[in-house]
Amino acid sequence: MLVHIDGPWSPLLGRLTLSEIPYNNPILVGTFVFAALLAVILVGLATYFGVWRTLWRDWLTSVDHKKIGIMYILIGLVMLFRGFIDAVMMRTQQALAVGPHSPGYLHSLHGYLTPYHFDQIYTAHGTIMILFAATPLLVGIMNILVPLQIGARDMAYPYLNAVSLWLTAAGAALVMISLFIGDFAHAGWFGIVPVMELPYSPGVGVDYWMWAFQLSSIGTTLGGINLLATIVKMRAPGMSWGRLPIFTWASLSANLISLTTFPVLTVTLALLALDRYAGTHFFTAGLGGNLMLYNDLFWIWGHPEVYFVILPAFGMISEIIPTFSEKPLFGYMGMVLASLGIAGVSWGVWLHHFFTMASAPAVNAFFSITTMAVGIPTGVKVFNWAFTMFRGRLRFDLPMMWASAALFLLLVGGLTGMMNAFATNDYMVHNSVFVVAHFHMMLLLIVYAIFGGVNYWFPKVFGFRLEQRFGKMFFWLFTAGTAVVFIPMFTLGFMGMTRRLDYIAFPQWGPLLDVEVVGIGIYVLSVVALLAQLYVSFRDRAQNRVGLDAWETSRSLEWMTHSPVPFYNFAVTPEVHARDERAWRVEHGVDTVRPERYEDIHMPRNTAIPLWLGALSFGLAFGLVWRIWWLVEACAAAITALIVIRSFDHDTDYTIAAKDVERMERAIRDIPSGRPVADDAIGGVPAFREGV
Amino acid sequence: MSTATSGTLDAKRSPMWSLGHGHDAISTRTLGFWLYMLSDAMMFTALFAAYTVLGHAVNAAGGPWATTVAHPEVAFKETVWLFSSVLAYGFAMIALKKGHRGGVMLGITAALLIALGFLSVDIHEILHLFRMGATPERSGYLSAFFTLVFYHGLHVVVGIAWMLVMLVQVAFKGLSERVVYRLLNLRLFWHFQAVMWVFMFTFLYLRGAIV
Repeated sequence: MLVHIDGPWSPLLGRLTLSEIPYNNPILVGTFVFAALLAVILVGLATYFGVWRTLWRDWLTSVDHKKIGIMYILIGLVMLFRGFIDAVMMRTQQALAVGPHSPGYLHSLHGYLTPYHFDQIYTAHGTIMILFAATPLLVGIMNILVPLQIGARDMAYPYLNAVSLWLTAAGAALVMISLFIGDFAHAGWFGIVPVMELPYSPGVGVDYWMWAFQLSSIGTTLGGINLLATIVKMRAPGMSWGRLPIFTWASLSANLISLTTFPVLTVTLALLALDRYAGTHFFTAGLGGNLMLYNDLFWIWGHPEVYFVILPAFGMISEIIPTFSEKPLFGYMGMVLASLGIAGVSWGVWLHHFFTMASAPAVNAFFSITTMAVGIPTGVKVFNWAFTMFRGRLRFDLPMMWASAALFLLLVGGLTGMMNAFATNDYMVHNSVFVVAHFHMMLLLIVYAIFGGVNYWFPKVFGFRLEQRFGKMFFWLFTAGTAVVFIPMFTLGFMGMTRRLDYIAFPQWGPLLDVEVVGIGIYVLSVVALLAQLYVSFRDRAQNRVGLDAWETSRSLEWMTHSPVPFYNFAVTPEVHARDERAWRVEHGVDTVRPERYEDIHMPRNTAIPLWLGALSFGLAFGLVWRIWWLVEACAAAITALIVIRSFDHDTDYTIAAKDVERMERAIRDIPSGRPVADDAIGGVPAFREGV
Repeated sequence: MSTATSGTLDAKRSPMWSLGHGHDAISTRTLGFWLYMLSDAMMFTALFAAYTVLGHAVNAAGGPWATTVAHPEVAFKETVWLFSSVLAYGFAMIALKKGHRGGVMLGITAALLIALGFLSVDIHEILHLFRMGATPERSGYLSAFFTLVFYHGLHVVVGIAWMLVMLVQVAFKGLSERVVYRLLNLRLFWHFQAVMWVFMFTFLYLRGAIV
């Protein structure tokens, strides 16, 4: 049943030969040298400081939801950087390759990237930014926060949580290794069929794309199950549904999406794999295949995925704005219903990704209307945020800056989205860079929310605040970069520029493309500012230590335990009395009440099995990519064996005695909370302290 | 409405910290398994959707179509095997309720053996179709048909492997909390694949009799 592949194949190495290593491509060799140097430096530092043991015992084998969340975020940041470099290459190539007289370097006719290489770059950029940057960053933040916000010790299934992490890591590693061994897909991040099929893409690029996608998709589905079960089952006493923090509601909505749509992606990719490996005819151009089936199935996942990443972002904004407005969130119930509404309607909009593919007018009209309907719950959210800020005592600390700037991006992205929702209008702008600029506004809104969230919750996780001066510099440079790159992109879209051009045939587009290069240059500077912010924050961490409530006016449960959070989260599970429990306790003067006694704590034991499962999944996928069948069989057998072996291990938990809990609790010195820092306050209606 | 102040509770007297609070491990595990089944049901849904889209005569590309590959009478035989296996597993669950270890093992063994009977009919039918030239790579229709058959078959194989593991665990570890929640989840899984088989029977096999 296996498809015959032309070209060399050996039982030991499959399709892998020395010529698959791109040692003659200076860009990739340079990347390799950079990556290798970085690896040597990191390994050297780790050895010098003797942290290998800690790394293994406390991180790689950890099942602690906070550490898993941090590792997710690290993966997300590394991949964000990789995707950003791809973006820099695309911008510079398009600016260089303008008109027939533009010079060519490095074997390419125009610019410095050959069309095949350029195609891989935009495919990698999309795949990475959606699946390996935005998703891990948000999953990581949900991982850290959801158990804290509902007063749980850990996720419902800590072991499964680690498995999800390492599956995602395996997927990310597969994308990275495709740089140096073989190549990556060249048919767009969502896969253009039948170009993805074997006759048109006989190389391993599509296989890398497919299996990396598949691994992270399975990881995210398992993570969704975990978060949903955690929210349903692990809430502290008194935390009724009406008291659930709004970020947790957003996570719940997002994971309802991931639970129901990621399986569709798994099937879609599996069917494509069957086409490429077993010679079936699901999406082929002949023999009864159906190309549109792929597009429908992919986007039935693809559009809900967009809301899967945007809902947690909305959730973070909804947590940040009340804290820095010193008011409760306006319209909690409306916010909850809007989140669930967005999750629900996400299932009915997928066809707007291909209005131009000759559906019946009634079909296009249906999806046009559903797409516009998304604007209703989103509008509810925007108004709720605006009313939360209205007459609040506003403070513009870093998280608030990112959150409020995100609203402007939502406005631009949302309104241009409404323009695209008109099928008739979409016929004009479809596949143009106008659409590209639109969805970058939406995804950047997520990035803004993530940076806001990272600044907001960083002190909770690490015990010290991030530095403000470089942080603000980063914010303004990033914002300037966003404006300078994407305003010209909207304009170019209206001028008719389509996406994915490795050569620009119209010289009149040149100046605007040059402006975009300036913008991406500003982005590069912003990365430097970010690194400076991180460095200075780490250096001056002693001065920036915070107490339980890092921002003094926080509202939800996670601010009731120490900063940094101890590994058992809460020494004693809190009893919840109100929607904004922390704020309620402050108002009633009971925020300093400590537990009268302590109890034994039941905790999951660390295990290396999830790490091995991730490594074996990587081996399995790598074997499939190169068709090294012995490796595939060995890894599949080992994975099955490990799962069975783990099921026989009954010693997976341990208990911390109450007296040890008490000893650890007493050893923690919290910095006492002071008055709110209101030096930047505008507005002036005392909405919070005086108790409205 | 300020929710922070809306409570009528007496803050000074109500407890701030909850002592003696625990989570029910078995129900947490079962909920997770229900959620997994929802995701697996979505996978079946996507496969059924693909089968429907590729179910037209044109997708058979001149090769065998539903009328020649889908045999309701064979599927009926398979249904009897499969449902008997579910019934046998049900008897194991009755024994579990009574805490009767031997009964649990007997029921699971019966369910396992009957499931093997299903598999042998299933494999026999697939090989028969292959011999008459109806293979997955023949046409889009057959690709979708066989993928569903194999995907359901995979569930049966996983179920059998799971039963083997559970037999060992019941024998050596007894009916501990962990073993019990796994037995309960396996019950869900075994019913789940049978429910999916009902859809298979309706949309794949009965179709052979009506189109």
